[in-house]
Amino acid sequence: MSDNHSTADLKKHIRTYMLVFLALLVGTAITVGLYYVHFESVALTVSIALFVASIKSFLVAGFFMHLISEKKAIYAMLFTTAVFFVSLMFLTIWAMNDYPVIKP
Amino acid sequence: MEIPYTVEARKDTGLYNAKVGIWLFLASEVMLFGALFSSYILLRVGAASGDWPAISLAWPHGLLNIPIGTFNTAVLISSSITVVMAWASLKMHDFGKFKLYMGLTLLCALGFVSIKTYEYHEKFTHYEVRLQDGKIMTGHIQGSPMFWDLKTLADKKITALDFHPDAAKHGAKAGEAPAAKEHAKHAPIPVGEITYLSAFVPKHHTFFAIYFTLTALHALHVIGGALVMAFLWLPGAKMWKTDPERFTNRVETAGLFWHFVDLVWIFLFPVLYLL
Amino acid sequence: MQAPSHTAEHAHGHDAHHEPGFLTKYIFSSDHKVIGIQYGVTSLIFLFFGFALMMLMRWQLANPNTAIPVFGKMLEALLGDVAKDGIMSPDLYNSFGAMHGTIMVFLAIVPLAFGAFGNFVVPLQIGAPDMAFPRINMVSYQAYFLGGVVMFISFFIPGGAAKSGWTSYSPLATVADLAHRVNGQTLWLLGMVLLITSSLLGAVNFITTIIQLRAKGMSWMRLPFFVWAQFVTGFLLLLAFPPLEAAGIMQLMDNLFQTSFFLPAGLSVSGNPLPVSGGGSPLLWQHLFWFLGHPEVYVLILPGMGIVCEIIACNTRKPIWGYKALVNSVLAIGFISFIVWAHHMYLTGMGTKISTFFQTTTMIISIPSVIILTALFLSLWGGSIRFNTPMLFALAFLPMFGIGGLTGLPLGFNATDIYLHDTYYVIAHFHYVVAPGTIFALFAGVYYWFPKATGRHMNEFWGKTHFVLSLIFMNLIFMPMFMQGLAGMQRRMADGGATYSMAYAKENNTGTQDGLSPKIIKMNKTVSHAAWALGVVQIPFIINFFWSMKRGRKVTSDNPWEATTLEWQTPTPPPHGNFTTTPEVFRGPYDYSVPGHKKDFTPQNQKV
Repeated sequence: MSDNHSTADLKKHIRTYMLVFLALLVGTAITVGLYYVHFESVALTVSIALFVASIKSFLVAGFFMHLISEKKAIYAMLFTTAVFFVSLMFLTIWAMNDYPVIKP
Repeated sequence: MEIPYTVEARKDTGLYNAKVGIWLFLASEVMLFGALFSSYILLRVGAASGDWPAISLAWPHGLLNIPIGTFNTAVLISSSITVVMAWASLKMHDFGKFKLYMGLTLLCALGFVSIKTYEYHEKFTHYEVRLQDGKIMTGHIQGSPMFWDLKTLADKKITALDFHPDAAKHGAKAGEAPAAKEHAKHAPIPVGEITYLSAFVPKHHTFFAIYFTLTALHALHVIGGALVMAFLWLPGAKMWKTDPERFTNRVETAGLFWHFVDLVWIFLFPVLYLL
Repeated sequence: MQAPSHTAEHAHGHDAHHEPGFLTKYIFSSDHKVIGIQYGVTSLIFLFFGFALMMLMRWQLANPNTAIPVFGKMLEALLGDVAKDGIMSPDLYNSFGAMHGTIMVFLAIVPLAFGAFGNFVVPLQIGAPDMAFPRINMVSYQAYFLGGVVMFISFFIPGGAAKSGWTSYSPLATVADLAHRVNGQTLWLLGMVLLITSSLLGAVNFITTIIQLRAKGMSWMRLPFFVWAQFVTGFLLLLAFPPLEAAGIMQLMDNLFQTSFFLPAGLSVSGNPLPVSGGGSPLLWQHLFWFLGHPEVYVLILPGMGIVCEIIACNTRKPIWGYKALVNSVLAIGFISFIVWAHHMYLTGMGTKISTFFQTTTMIISIPSVIILTALFLSLWGGSIRFNTPMLFALAFLPMFGIGGLTGLPLGFNATDIYLHDTYYVIAHFHYVVAPGTIFALFAGVYYWFPKATGRHMNEFWGKTHFVLSLIFMNLIFMPMFMQGLAGMQRRMADGGATYSMAYAKENNTGTQDGLSPKIIKMNKTVSHAAWALGVVQIPFIINFFWSMKRGRKVTSDNPWEATTLEWQTPTPPPHGNFTTTPEVFRGPYDYSVPGHKKDFTPQNQKV
């Protein structure tokens, strides 16, 4: 963040922080609540839980860590990291699930 | 020559040194936890196919304490808001509020670690027993000892195990509920009938292995972050008088790390407790 | 110029030492040049130690089951029964093999290339007063040193050092020494955690320094290629090491707490079922290991390429050919190196689709490597080459790395790899890249920057002797290994192929030929003799190194090679804080023989 914040600016920011905080609590409540609902489809449960977690992490990274208004260098760094993380996860999972099956 | 950009931002990047440093460090942390998450997925997907002996390898569900986990999540999220408020207070030159919010953050950190310790203790006193007739039960041993196994029984020359099985809901493994119900009435089990006894420790199952590894690593990060913030709260706060801008930067950097730790937990909680 | 003791680093609790004295100046220094030299000396010691292990192993390969003269008795006295009667047992051979790899990669080459040269040269070349976080830099060296100590101690604990190869594949690494709960593998993992910590701190520091502390006018495309190489290396270390750290933590859990991260169900050792829950995956270890392991190859080679590039530009007296292509290639290598790792795992039973994917990416990554090599070769065209010692090493790097690189292609194709996997061919291939490749580049760097660090030249005659003999013996070591590997000789065998010769003799009776011919096995002796000779010809280098520090020819100017980059525009040796006036950069890094200029080199900070 740039260093020339006026107090009014900061007050606005603080309101945002509080909203994000509430949203995070609500998100947690939703995730836990869904656990007790029990969906038939495992895939659906997993997707919803991870979707909510992603939104929460976006809120934390975006607002608490000020990522929505960061400098280009940081974005480049994190983009690189994201690419490598995804390739680690995706390629490993692909590799472990692609093996020759010998049919009898 | 002095090292430039320790406080003020470099023009073309718009960043001061420590900020670049902490983000790079967090990038490597992403890869560290990312690798462990990938391992979690692979172990779990591998377990679902359940080859020999399927029953003991199947992925367990519902063995963690969800209400407490939820509460701990709330504690950690609260600490995130307090740390960002501490930074904002410094930006508004309100040192007293900074002290207050930083103190609250540390309190949250302490709370989180204490609750985690309680949870660990809960697991160390929670057991799985397998009997010769193929029944599998979870429950507690009279007196709640930690880390018992068959060798402990032999060493202590115990002939009958005073075992309190869980109610059916807790042994939520597929197909196991009826067996658990049958034993819900508490009766000592002759040691001769027991083929396997283990607390919920890392070696009991890969689920617990990854659960303890991930949460312990995360807890270490919490402790490390808390130590840094404790420094900034007490002795390090002196810098506010001599070099307020740098002190604010330090709080921001520490805060970035703290938010990351929070962020990791946001994924850990549903993945380990709920799914 | 006061020590910049209050930087905005986020590590706390370390008080800066202000009072000058031997300890502050040489041991707990936060000056990047001192730390660079600390890295350099420590890693050179480990380089020779790792090589000594191999010289002992080469005796066992050349003369199976015979006592090692002189050193055998010493081994027995130091390590006990594993070297009974001075004969290296297979267990000890395995330990030495694993530790040779570990020491050479993690304790010798990387710290020398990245820690030593990076630390010493990068801040000077970008015109910075120091690294961005000097105290973190110091901690990084200390973590490295401690990691080295842990690795070294592991030789002397009950059960001996780690013996499951430098790759430490599970489940072997977990079950190799069940008799001792804390065994060599445990110390290996702890040592690795320390080394990884050191690398991470180093990487954060390097990248921040290069992003933030470039002098005025030092835009990205004016950076010397060496800095680019170190920048990409920093990213490789930063992002590839953490997965290995994760894997190391998991293997540590497997070893100490009997978890089953990498242990499948139903595992038995010597006929006894292993008392673990099972449910883990040995392949997971391999994926996480090679996710580091392959970028690590580029960590080994990129700084070497950077050094060679600097030296070639300076000693051909002309701009490097295709600077932009070099920069883009090194960035491309950085990215692609993260998606090629499973070409080390063709034999694990991966399916055809994923194998094809990794085979394709592996072929693609050879393109930027070849571009770099080609650009460096073309740079020689039309230059008035000065054949001094650093230039000779740099010139030898080109074909040696070329051989290493091109022989890697058959290993990248999964059809040919299935035959060549785990043979001496593989050993020859990667040693050509690292030994006559990177190590020659590092030697070149030592000879090249020695005058800047000490104010004295190394002796040219002994330098050239060192070069010629090293080049000959390096090739005599590794060229025969290609032939042995193509003939099918497996690596990691303690008996030097004795089993094969037995098979050969037996088959002769039946008229078929299964074993290896005596000619192939006899090469073991050639290789071993060459290895010992290589050891001997390093003696001139060691003597030259120390002798020249005190007695070498003094430099007559701050810029004895008449080079353009900023490190030569400082006093010699550079003082704390490096530059006497804040440098400003006006031109690219390789302005040699610019038409119209008075001299054949124009330093980066010279306006006209």
